[in-house]
Amino acid sequence: MAVWEPPPSGPTVRSSTVAQTRQAAGAVSSSVAATFSTMSARRLLVFGGIALIASGMLFGDIFAIFILHQNAGRTGAALLAAVQAVQARNPAAVKEAFGHMGEFLEDRGTKVDTHVHMIDAGYLALLLALIQPYVALSASRKKLLAKVLITGGVLLPVGIFLIHYVGLAHSPFAAIGWASVLADSAGGLLIIALIGEGWGLWNYFRSRRVGTTEPELPQDHTWERRTLLAGGTVLVLLGFLHGAWYAGANLYEHENREMVILKAMLDQGPGHDISVASVNAYGGLQAEKAVEVAAHSHVIEFGLLAILLSFLQPYVFLSDRWKRRWIYLLLTGSVILPIFVLLEIKIGLLAGGIADAGGLMVIIALIGMLVGVLRYSGRLDAEIGSAP
Amino acid sequence: MNGARKLLVFGGIALATLGMLYGLYYAVFVEHQTLGRMGGSLATAFTEAAERRLPEAHTAIDMYGATKFDYVRQVDVHSHWIGLAMLMIALGVVFDDVAFGERIRFGIALVLLIGSVIFPLGVILQTTDGGMLASALAIVGSALIIVALAAVAVGFARTSA
Repeated sequence: MAVWEPPPSGPTVRSSTVAQTRQAAGAVSSSVAATFSTMSARRLLVFGGIALIASGMLFGDIFAIFILHQNAGRTGAALLAAVQAVQARNPAAVKEAFGHMGEFLEDRGTKVDTHVHMIDAGYLALLLALIQPYVALSASRKKLLAKVLITGGVLLPVGIFLIHYVGLAHSPFAAIGWASVLADSAGGLLIIALIGEGWGLWNYFRSRRVGTTEPELPQDHTWERRTLLAGGTVLVLLGFLHGAWYAGANLYEHENREMVILKAMLDQGPGHDISVASVNAYGGLQAEKAVEVAAHSHVIEFGLLAILLSFLQPYVFLSDRWKRRWIYLLLTGSVILPIFVLLEIKIGLLAGGIADAGGLMVIIALIGMLVGVLRYSGRLDAEIGSAP
Repeated sequence: MNGARKLLVFGGIALATLGMLYGLYYAVFVEHQTLGRMGGSLATAFTEAAERRLPEAHTAIDMYGATKFDYVRQVDVHSHWIGLAMLMIALGVVFDDVAFGERIRFGIALVLLIGSVIFPLGVILQTTDGGMLASALAIVGSALIIVALAAVAVGFARTSA
């Protein structure tokens, strides 16, 4: 059943859209409202999940624009210094160059991991929001599990981000710093939350239902839901096809080429300077690998995001016109980003800029939908508060 | 909740838990040492080369290559198990929208589950002496996932039509 009817077409679209929104605002479906009660586990998971995903994507966009290329340049310079030190037979300079390179690589790696883990924790929160009707635990325990999951989802990327800056300071361990301890503990919280949700599911299917179980999500067949479902599945499928092609055609070739380039760097003799050429070849190879992996992972992530957002459409309290705008923006950005990431090798920074704009489109669409969900919650709470 | 949806939701949660436990174990007990070995062997290779001890340099760079081969696949297993698990749970919630009969839907769910388990398993076996079996598992697993996803997309499209 459609929660809000599609807007009428014609010259009076604007006024009718306003009227329609008002009409919708005055008629929050009781069946949908029952699935989104005040400060319930589901509401916590939906808000926390969308906020984590949007924050993770924003962090990724900032990283791509302000840090990624600069970091690659510094890493390349450090590698060039190491190769030139090999040629000059200067082991001390090699060690110094590798010390710098390690710092740059850790800086980059922890930021990529922060981006990925924040988004994935958000996906997990949205997924658990969907299965709440089948988690047979008391409302207070479900809420506690939701808090544990969101807490873990926030602390895990924070811990990963801090690894580069905290290092091994004051750590009693040989190789693990306090930031890693924080990140690993947060990972433990996520696992505890998942085990708890799994226990609730087990209870449900063993018919040991404790307390009240929530009603299922409304099964509507609106344009918004169908478009997000079909579009999301196609995006995931494209991502898998690309990944399979990359693994079959390029992965081993890239690994072999890396060893060939590194050995050429080691074997160079005096009077035969190939340092710049070999470092450029190495940098080019790393760029090839990076764009393939980034395109593969981003198109799948956006596909999964579209599928997850399809379930939340009944809670997006906007006119159909705006809901569709956000969906178009989300799917368009989801296609633009991976395509132009792949084109970065051929076109260069222009493609990188367009890819970043694609990411920004997804973030804006996501925030637009979050605003819709917030409006829905506010309206719902106001109705409950004013009920006799 | 019908059989196909149960299979996807339960299978997905089990796979996500497995992927996270594996990731936690790897992060706590293996990853730091592996990263240290990888960086150390690369630096050693260049230092040995600077001292013109090329056989030792080549031994160290080969160790770097082997360690990186292992590390990349360990991370891939962790991320692919969890990613596929999330996809299964999400599809499980909406699987009734896939416009096929119940038996076909259950078959698609089963194929997706099997593919999601054995594809990363094949990848991780490549780091042992898995040989052809490991590659075969990875290829068959990814093919099963692609076939199942194509069927789901067709099912959604049939609903839309």
